[in-house]
Amino acid sequence: MKVGLIINPIAGMGGSVGLKGTDGEEILKRARELGAEESANYRTLETLRELKKVDSEFTLCTPSGKMGETAAIQCGYNPNVVYRINKTSSCKDTMEAAKTLIQKGVDILLFAGGDGTARDIYSAIGDTCVVLGIPCGVKMHSGVYASHPITAAEIVTSYLKSESKQIVEAEVIDLDEEAYRSDQIATKLYGYLKIPLAPRLTQGVKSRSQASDTNIQRAIAKHVIKYMEEDCFYLIGPGSTTRTVMNELKLPNTLLGVDLIKNRKLIGLDLSEEGIINLIGNSKTKVVVTPIGGQGFIFGRGNQQISPTILRQIGKGNIIIVATQSKLYSLGGIPLRVDTGDIGIDNLLSGYYKIITGLNETVVYNAGV
Amino acid sequence: MSADIKSKLRKFHQAKWDEQLIFELDTPGERGIIVGGVEDEIEKQIGNGFANLPTGMKRKKSPALPEVGQMRVLKHYLRLSQHTLGADLNVDIGQGTCTVKYSPKINETIARNHKATKLHPWQDESQVQGALEILYKLNEYLSELSGLDHFTIQPPSGSAAIFTMASIVQKYHEVRGEADQRDEIITTIFSHPSDYSAVALKGYKVTMLYHDPKTGVPSAEALRAAISERTAAIFITNPEDTGIYNPEIPEFTKIAHEAGALCCYDQANANGLLGITRAKEAGFDMCFFNLHKTFSTPHGCGGPATGAMGVTKALKEFLPAPYVEKKKGTYTLNYNLKHSIGKVRSFYGVFPVALKAYSWLRSLGAEGIREASEVAVLNNNYLLTHIKKIKGAEAPYAKGKHRIEQVRYSWEKLFKETGVNTEDVTLRMCDFGFHLWSSHHPFIIPQPFTIEPTESYSKAELDEYLNALRHIAKEAYDKPDFVKKAPYNSVVHRINHDSFDDPKKWAITWRLYKKKHLNQN
Repeated sequence: MKVGLIINPIAGMGGSVGLKGTDGEEILKRARELGAEESANYRTLETLRELKKVDSEFTLCTPSGKMGETAAIQCGYNPNVVYRINKTSSCKDTMEAAKTLIQKGVDILLFAGGDGTARDIYSAIGDTCVVLGIPCGVKMHSGVYASHPITAAEIVTSYLKSESKQIVEAEVIDLDEEAYRSDQIATKLYGYLKIPLAPRLTQGVKSRSQASDTNIQRAIAKHVIKYMEEDCFYLIGPGSTTRTVMNELKLPNTLLGVDLIKNRKLIGLDLSEEGIINLIGNSKTKVVVTPIGGQGFIFGRGNQQISPTILRQIGKGNIIIVATQSKLYSLGGIPLRVDTGDIGIDNLLSGYYKIITGLNETVVYNAGV
Repeated sequence: MSADIKSKLRKFHQAKWDEQLIFELDTPGERGIIVGGVEDEIEKQIGNGFANLPTGMKRKKSPALPEVGQMRVLKHYLRLSQHTLGADLNVDIGQGTCTVKYSPKINETIARNHKATKLHPWQDESQVQGALEILYKLNEYLSELSGLDHFTIQPPSGSAAIFTMASIVQKYHEVRGEADQRDEIITTIFSHPSDYSAVALKGYKVTMLYHDPKTGVPSAEALRAAISERTAAIFITNPEDTGIYNPEIPEFTKIAHEAGALCCYDQANANGLLGITRAKEAGFDMCFFNLHKTFSTPHGCGGPATGAMGVTKALKEFLPAPYVEKKKGTYTLNYNLKHSIGKVRSFYGVFPVALKAYSWLRSLGAEGIREASEVAVLNNNYLLTHIKKIKGAEAPYAKGKHRIEQVRYSWEKLFKETGVNTEDVTLRMCDFGFHLWSSHHPFIIPQPFTIEPTESYSKAELDEYLNALRHIAKEAYDKPDFVKKAPYNSVVHRINHDSFDDPKKWAITWRLYKKKHLNQN
């Protein structure tokens, strides 16, 4: 068996000196000036040492030097170096190394970094390989990380040993760092990576027999479809939970775009604000959205096409929010958020919602600005 | 004791017998008891018995039961019993929401008396006046404790009592012609999972209220957002498993009643409230107590259970029949309840459990019951005070407030700082002869553990338990790897839970085990 490993050596450096991220060369330079030290390597060592203890019957494939080789040797591995980096590495190296590792046929790709790294991995390999993040970044809103470096080793071990090799899709989310530095939160959903199913280890101790999120998403979709009204437009927002509605109806769909259906038939794919307005006119319309993990935005992040104008026309009563309970738990009690750019409509959409969490199952949850 | 007196950590080691399954002990031809044949005289009169059985009822093959000699069977089960950590051996406070309080042995003796065990449920009322009197009086005591008017002990568990309440809710709205309209039930996310599942079984849509992140309890405002003319009832646990008392509940019941809904109280967590607060004053129409938990009749593997369920006068006619009544000094069973939902269990409920609860109540009296509640609350807040001081442990929500009878804590800080999680701590606790439980659904509190001390345990025992928690938390910071490999003194080490989530691996019978894991048919 082969385990791939990519370390983003500068991940997390901005955080220690209050820079809220390490994206871009200039910020990295400032971080170094402020005395930030590279820590991703140290966190990765924790994972590698733990892996070594329990199971070393795999080949570790890495890029050279700081991006994996050095850490691997330090922990007593004899890594297969598949990609050479120059003195300084960049996000291009992460992407190229990821592609090379996939070509070498790794069973799972471990990467040490934060949301920026997760995005690079996603843009390089999409969902062609099972991956897992070792949490090292400043921003970690994505759902692709183990909850602790040691836990990452536990997940990899049990995944390699497991016969069923169950996997789940996890969100790749990142902030606009510039906006974040000026204390504005602007997250965006970039896509989904495949990670091993390990609910106990990614979200604490879980029920032994809990249905997988995939099945729960299907139950949610069944609920939405069961109570669909005739001759009413349904805007289906981005996300894997909302996409399940389209899949259950066997309709083509876009994961990150806004699609429109009526009487269970597709009306439009990946629509813009104008496209939506043209198609729905003054007809009754409902909108199905799911909160973005981490910050819980329901409007204003990744679905700006559903604009304040459209939302004002639709009205709060026609907003259908869907989410698995585990996603709600991951918000840690914070309210859902609305930030459409129009404070009037934001206030209008605040308050309690009945969120659909299963078939005939709802949770009352608060949304605020 | 030989344990280190200063640290009070017990040098525990669990017995390990490496015992086979009873099926693996099968030796064809071995017998526990040789059953004699039919006596000649009887056979002469009625035949051997088998000949009279209809052909369709006769097995073609003998059942595949293990054939094991009597002495070996005895040894087998005694060995298994040494593998378990029962409530009578253990400071069993780590099973929060389900802690077994001490069940005085005299109550078991009474329930085992032939006067109770030889009763037959078909006996004529005139022959079982004593048993009926006990049921009647138990109902009276429960009425006094809850303020509600009529009780039944027919539901054989807390979940069954919830199911019974949901059945009454449905029948109530049916009688009023609103059953089709009222198809939703509201509960809270921290209520027991059965408040969700048992009402869903009746076909209801379920809405769960989320708690406020500061107070840890749902607000009346959240209920107002959820309630409508479609609401059939609210099902509320108070305190929830966080142990936080929700003072707004009278407002909840008011809101529900104004919307035409019924109010049902899950009192599985009543252990800190007996003799102090009552369902009636909080505005509930129905409630239930777990006799097997709160009233000292053991549960879990300790025996059958009873969810004693009570209703207001207005709902008496909906109770499952029969209902025990007293007429002119005679106890009778009333089968003629006009709107009765029918039976939820055969006959009258689990009589020995009722008898043990009755005996427990009689031995404590009104003052004793209140004192038991007060001590349970005191014990819990003693633990809370000390656990909060343990590095790595936290008690989420309601900062600075006391809790009722249990607390759901979190090791999240410990985990973040050391990589040691709840499961690791749980397994390390086994090394000191303790059991620590995480929690059941919902998994809102990260790295949870739930402790409920009840009134049964002494300060010395609580201190011993606290010492173990402190010791392990310190170990986690000093040598996390050591904790992550625990247990060392227990017979079962780390279990790979991978297959627990994989239906292909599930084997709930020996036959399935042979098929799925041994590839035998």
